[in-house]
Amino acid sequence: MKKNIGSIGIRRAIAYIVLVFFSILCLFWFVLLLVNSTRSNGELAGGFTLIPSRFFVINMTNLFKGSLPVVRGMLNSLIIAALSSILTVYFSTMTAYALTVYRFKGRTAILTFILAIMMIPTQVSALGFVNLVGAMGLEDSFIPLIVPAVASPVTFFYMKQYMSANLPMSLIEAARMDGAGEFKTFNMVCLPLMKPAIAVQMIFAFVASWNNYFIPSLVLYKDEKKTLPILIAQLRAADFLKFDMGQVYAMIAFSIFPVIVVYLFLSKYIVGGVTAGGVKE
Amino acid sequence: MVKKEKSKIGRYNKWGYIFLIPFFAVFVVFQLIPLFNTIYNSFFENYMSGLTQIGPNFVGLGNYKELLSNGDLGVYFKNTMIMWVMGFIPQIFFSLLFAAWFTNPSLKIKGQRFFKTVIYLPNLIMAAAFSMLFFTLFSRVGPINKMLISFGLIAKPYQFLSNVWSTRALIAFMNFIMWFGNTTILLMAGMLGISKDLYEAAEVDGATPTQIFFRITLPLLKPIFVYVMITSLIGGLQMYDVPQILTDGTGDPMRSSMTLIMYLNRHLYSKNYGLAGALSVILLLITAVLSLIVFRAMDFKKETK
Amino acid sequence: MKKGTKKFLCTALTAAMVLPMVACGSNGGNSGSKSSAAGGLDKTEVSDGGKVLNIAVWNDEFKSRIADHYKDYKKIDDNHGKIGDVKVNWVLKENKGNAYQNMLDKKLPNNLNASKDDRIDMFLIEADYALKYVDKDSNVALKLSDLGIKESDLEKQYEYTKDIVKDADGNIRGSSWQACSAGLIYNREIAKKVLGTDDPVEVQKSVADWDTFNATAKKMKEAGVKMTATTNDSYRVYSNNVSAPWVKDNKVTIDKNIEKWAKDSKELVDAEETTTSDLWSDDWSAGFKTANNDVFCYFGPAWLINFSMGNAPGSDKGDDGSIAYKGGWGFTNGPQGYYWGGSWICAANGTDNKSLVKDIILKMTTDDDVMKEIATKDSDCVNNKTVLEALASSDEGNNAVLGGQNPYKELAAGAEKVDMSNISKYDQGCNEAFQKAMKNFFDGKTDYDGAVKQFNKSVKETYPELK
Repeated sequence: MKKNIGSIGIRRAIAYIVLVFFSILCLFWFVLLLVNSTRSNGELAGGFTLIPSRFFVINMTNLFKGSLPVVRGMLNSLIIAALSSILTVYFSTMTAYALTVYRFKGRTAILTFILAIMMIPTQVSALGFVNLVGAMGLEDSFIPLIVPAVASPVTFFYMKQYMSANLPMSLIEAARMDGAGEFKTFNMVCLPLMKPAIAVQMIFAFVASWNNYFIPSLVLYKDEKKTLPILIAQLRAADFLKFDMGQVYAMIAFSIFPVIVVYLFLSKYIVGGVTAGGVKE
Repeated sequence: MVKKEKSKIGRYNKWGYIFLIPFFAVFVVFQLIPLFNTIYNSFFENYMSGLTQIGPNFVGLGNYKELLSNGDLGVYFKNTMIMWVMGFIPQIFFSLLFAAWFTNPSLKIKGQRFFKTVIYLPNLIMAAAFSMLFFTLFSRVGPINKMLISFGLIAKPYQFLSNVWSTRALIAFMNFIMWFGNTTILLMAGMLGISKDLYEAAEVDGATPTQIFFRITLPLLKPIFVYVMITSLIGGLQMYDVPQILTDGTGDPMRSSMTLIMYLNRHLYSKNYGLAGALSVILLLITAVLSLIVFRAMDFKKETK
Repeated sequence: MKKGTKKFLCTALTAAMVLPMVACGSNGGNSGSKSSAAGGLDKTEVSDGGKVLNIAVWNDEFKSRIADHYKDYKKIDDNHGKIGDVKVNWVLKENKGNAYQNMLDKKLPNNLNASKDDRIDMFLIEADYALKYVDKDSNVALKLSDLGIKESDLEKQYEYTKDIVKDADGNIRGSSWQACSAGLIYNREIAKKVLGTDDPVEVQKSVADWDTFNATAKKMKEAGVKMTATTNDSYRVYSNNVSAPWVKDNKVTIDKNIEKWAKDSKELVDAEETTTSDLWSDDWSAGFKTANNDVFCYFGPAWLINFSMGNAPGSDKGDDGSIAYKGGWGFTNGPQGYYWGGSWICAANGTDNKSLVKDIILKMTTDDDVMKEIATKDSDCVNNKTVLEALASSDEGNNAVLGGQNPYKELAAGAEKVDMSNISKYDQGCNEAFQKAMKNFFDGKTDYDGAVKQFNKSVKETYPELK
């Protein structure tokens, strides 16, 4: 017994050391980004340091007084990321529900089919996608950046896996006994049980959309429609008179802030021990 | 079991189709049409020369022949897999380790919330910003070289991005930092569903932490674990942004860090719809075959039933 | 699973049979409007009376030049303005990942099909890809003569700036306000220590041609400093002085001078007299700092001196630890004449603001007063012989970063020497690919032939029509 306690003590010490090391490794980048956003363009050319300088306010002022619509950009990014992540999780869960709860003809084939299309890299159909957007007259519209999120095979796959482990059929049948319609059962019984999975995928979808440069840059042209990653790229491509790495870092710090808030809010459902809420089988 | 269920809920089953409508409607419009466009294009010579469009001229399997005959594809496939494995092994190892620690009732780790929260944070930084920091850290005049020199490990600055294995290692390391939190968070969400009572009961029965992990946690995590394996593999095959930015699109030294999608991107850049289309189809086949192997290996068949 | 797979294959096959028709359909639909794009715009359309002026740019540079120096321009907000009754729209697309050119490629060949208010009226281009847009077959940029601009209007411009925008028939299809002639910027303190003088005329003798340049590099190495920060510094100097274009009859040839760059650079790298870092990297700019003070020279034009090397002495931004802040740089012509940078203004085929576009081009690129204003206010090295000569002999041309030296005499003389008659529309891709491929050779990862093979492979990927 004594020996056991001793070995647990050592294991615990190792665990703490490793976890603290990884925490530093994870937080280091944010410190570096913040420090860099306090430095001037000239200082940044001098390379790495962890000592903050005094240009943070100046960088931020330059950024907001400059010609980039940063506030508008943030709003655009928020709209696109929020709507597309909500659509992704809701419809992926719905699709997973259809293939988990119901037994109908062609079910396995459809499941296999979705898993197959999961393997298509985004770049593969990017050119076709952009041509299509042009043909539909949807340039400078948020629709091609939001609506395709409805069909997200990767999110679906996760929901399906999570559901098959965590959604008891007995609950659904109980709801049916109570006379609830299928749509209501899905919304009132299934969705609450899926909270942790929804939170996880919501974070992933939000972050992916927030940081996405590739497709938005091919679809958005007008200034008032541009998202933050496009504006960052624009800032980095500024002419020499205006080129200012200090502003670039200030912009990156500025654009990371909202996504941290969203993450901290959603991560409660995963790390905070908020349980699934339903009855376990 | 299945039959019994069927008779009971048979009348509800049409809802299965209804619930699938949104997914398939959107999929057909925004993905399937572009995809078939891509496949169709793969049989044509079709590219831009300046502002002039060449083609489309039907060339049959000509594009495929061109891609498969020069042998580069195999090299890029190998590069992709090497860099994926270099990043994925530590990624899955630490994710599982942390998952085990966080669920181990006897370890009673304090500050779990904090640890669980911070490990995902690097994923919030966009790859472009991340690589700016990497360039600063690993430059000739950067802090890593200064440290190595002051420890006497090297005599003069080491050029990390001018050597094959250090380039690959940097790419794998950056992928690891960016994605291990992602994997851990997936596993943790999966573990939330596992009842605490199970662990306590096992402990009372005198099970060791190792036994608990392998006998309780892992089996119950299996569906999520399958998901992590498959999506990591697919994500690995689609590895693009990190090596693209770190090597400025060259995949150097001598294309030893050129991945399949980077290669595809080179053809997309020149608007070579024909070759890019053919390469896409080949990529799709490679991914499908590999995923099928993983599905089989993980006994996925049982899961879907 | 097996049954499922079979079914899946069936569905996929049916879909595969139906959908290409859809795809074909959409292709066919496009080809109607694209047919004009395939062979370029076959007619030239230019008219007056438009209500909207759309100007495509990749950054704010031209916008701020117009706002500051084109008197009739009234700013509405950051991306809109007014000139008289005409509304001005700035269509800005960043350069990253070729996004700007992709936008032009999409819009310009279809410009005649767009409604008049949506048409691009003017667009800006850079030298490396200029020939792609001033090509006579694609005909997306108007001949300046179509606007009524005569060659005599451009007589004060430097020849090379006109060569860059000439089509195969010798018609000029663009105009620039900048002549970014460039030279060698050297560290005065190091020059004094190693060469015994920091006088530009004397220093020039040690860098007059590539052989003396390389000999000086050895001296620098003995003194513990690098000759240049990276091999890429000198690339433009060599590549601006070629005897034939990169591509002729769809065949790529490596010019002797470019090969010389590779061989010379390899020796410098092996002797540790330079490195293989990238331009704009921390390693490259480390030599700007007094703390390092270990790079003898950089190659660059006026804008590099004024905006990239650090704060000027007495700048309100304060001391950034740069050699520039101490006025510690000197300027001389270096081994060969060359240029770096500059933007050209083109009038788009289809513009409905002919007179306005003509006036903007004339005012912004040929008017002596405006050129003088731009030179003094924005520190652009302007494309006007009269103005540069005046600056060369006036204190207005003195530069604090250069310790008070007036570089305009060298800049003006340099601009006369630049010869860009050997450009091709493949320069951007070829130059990038060659430098990147040769880095492998310099780093010892392959021999010269191996790097050339790599270069050929890359070029073929970028330009499938080349052999």
